[in-house]
Amino acid sequence: MTVATAEVFDPARDPLQLRRRGVLVSLAVLLVVAGIAASAIGAVPIAPSHILAALAQSIGIDTGVRLEPFETAVLFSIRLPRVLLGTGVGAILGVSGASLQALFRNPLADPSLIGVSGGAAVGAVGWIVLGTAVPLWMHATFAMPLVSFVTGLIATAAIYAIGRVQARTDTATLLLAGLAINALTTAVIGYLTYLGNDAQLRALTFWLLGGLGGATWPQIWPVLIAMGVAVAALIALARSYDGFALGESAAGHIGIAVENVRRITVAAVALGVGASVALTGVIGFVGLVAPHLLRLVGGASHRFVLPGSALLGALLVVLADLLSRTLVAPAELPIGIVTSALGAPFFIWLLRIRLGGVRS
Amino acid sequence: MTGGLCARGVTVRFGRHEILSGVDIDVMPGEVTAVIGPNGAGKSTLLKVLAGDIVPQSGSVTLNGKPLSQWTAEERAIQRAVLPQTPELGFSFRAWDVVTLGRHPHRQRASRANNSRTVREAMTATDVAHFSPRECGTLSGGELHRVHYARTLAQLWDPLPDGRARILLLDEPTSSLDLFHQHAIMAKARQIAQSGAGVLAILHDLNLAAAYADQLLLLANGRVVAAGTPRDVLTAKLVTRVWRVPCNVSASRDGQIQISVLPHRNFQNAAE
Repeated sequence: MTVATAEVFDPARDPLQLRRRGVLVSLAVLLVVAGIAASAIGAVPIAPSHILAALAQSIGIDTGVRLEPFETAVLFSIRLPRVLLGTGVGAILGVSGASLQALFRNPLADPSLIGVSGGAAVGAVGWIVLGTAVPLWMHATFAMPLVSFVTGLIATAAIYAIGRVQARTDTATLLLAGLAINALTTAVIGYLTYLGNDAQLRALTFWLLGGLGGATWPQIWPVLIAMGVAVAALIALARSYDGFALGESAAGHIGIAVENVRRITVAAVALGVGASVALTGVIGFVGLVAPHLLRLVGGASHRFVLPGSALLGALLVVLADLLSRTLVAPAELPIGIVTSALGAPFFIWLLRIRLGGVRS
Repeated sequence: MTGGLCARGVTVRFGRHEILSGVDIDVMPGEVTAVIGPNGAGKSTLLKVLAGDIVPQSGSVTLNGKPLSQWTAEERAIQRAVLPQTPELGFSFRAWDVVTLGRHPHRQRASRANNSRTVREAMTATDVAHFSPRECGTLSGGELHRVHYARTLAQLWDPLPDGRARILLLDEPTSSLDLFHQHAIMAKARQIAQSGAGVLAILHDLNLAAAYADQLLLLANGRVVAAGTPRDVLTAKLVTRVWRVPCNVSASRDGQIQISVLPHRNFQNAAE
């Protein structure tokens, strides 16, 4: 017989729940601080107090702080769109990583590793090279994200079909499927590069380097809306993802509409990642790192991991972008290099843990 | 009689192999039904058909008078729970969180306090309440199995207000458990049957089946060989023929059947 301990588990006073709340609040605060820092630092330094004053003035609150016109110009037309784009891109990459991991029941899923980003990149590159055949009025800001969404969707669906052997995916199958898809997308992108003329090649190189630079309001708002919708749709599935941990059939047994969850996940990830890749290129490892760190500090509950991944992903990308434009100023490093330099060692560490059979 | 889970003429083929051939089974409220049979008899496939995971090539399954496919996933989950043979867990959740998943279909029908109380009671019933804050990765196989059993109990804890029968499907619930917990789990299954639920359990231990089941269904090669009370089904002749082991069947004074397998150097020859 087991000796029952006197203390009864009380979910209303769950220490883990309190810690989760603390982590989410801290991440939100850090994101705001990072956003202000990223708006302040650059060739034209802007004092944080001036940033807050400018933001207050833009919604009609006069703080009495005298702002230089060029300060507000730099803030509103260069820094702010860049920070917002970074926030959106980081949020969707973090949430997509966490959602794919939940769907595959595999903590090594990441949009860039398993080929979702590569699939979206094919669309973007295809648009740059072949899009000139399309009438100019269609070259609005919607077209490229839309094409990336479609090719990203095809890639995601393909990976899901390949990786899901008998309703469950093992790590090897998933990574090999990603490897195959990535090889295929690299081949297609290579061929498209070969087809391109000089002007297209310049545009292509510029895009392939990736980055948040040159973001303008008309470019980013449709993309931000798409990302917002995708992030919201994925976070809304948090409870269902918890059930998915039991396996797909057991998830069905507790009343989860498994097929719907699958479809929404694949579509939302493709939409969000497609939109982000179209504007910023492939930014790797954010979707891998963010959910992992969150699970380490607060456990696997997706009602914590998903919003947390959105916040941490956003924080990581805003900081990585800040690094990419300050490390070698006045030049800029492609942001993908920064995230990969930090993310790849993390990934190797994870692989070692998993192959060693130690729980993470 | 429309309550319960009823299958008629269920036939399942994988490729050219016929796994189940025209199987009839009723899981009736208030009863424990045990499915027994040698390896490869089709027991787990039958459970998957009853759970709705496999759609049979022919035959029908009705849950409380309505074809299984006509219930939504959530309505189905309110009426029946499934304990798989080897429960999966993708990430390391705490035991409490896993059992709480059993309340998923009830999250909008019952208050949060009510759901928490049910989770606690179900965990107490399978002797895992003291594991509540533990990560499942730190539990042993048998302990984890009892956590999942608590999850299925939590899913069906209260009788449904409209009187529909609750059905509990257990795929080899005792195989990873020690002697004490084997009996504890079957006793709990009996108890929930007495509260009006129908229980189906796949069992390998014939004595356990004889002790706790009201009805037995003996499957071999995808066909029903015998169905009825333990006393009718578990005859020495039938057990010896189907499992190819010589045995004695005795009944104690209170009618409890006891099967003892006779040790023999060569089972196969002895059965012939």
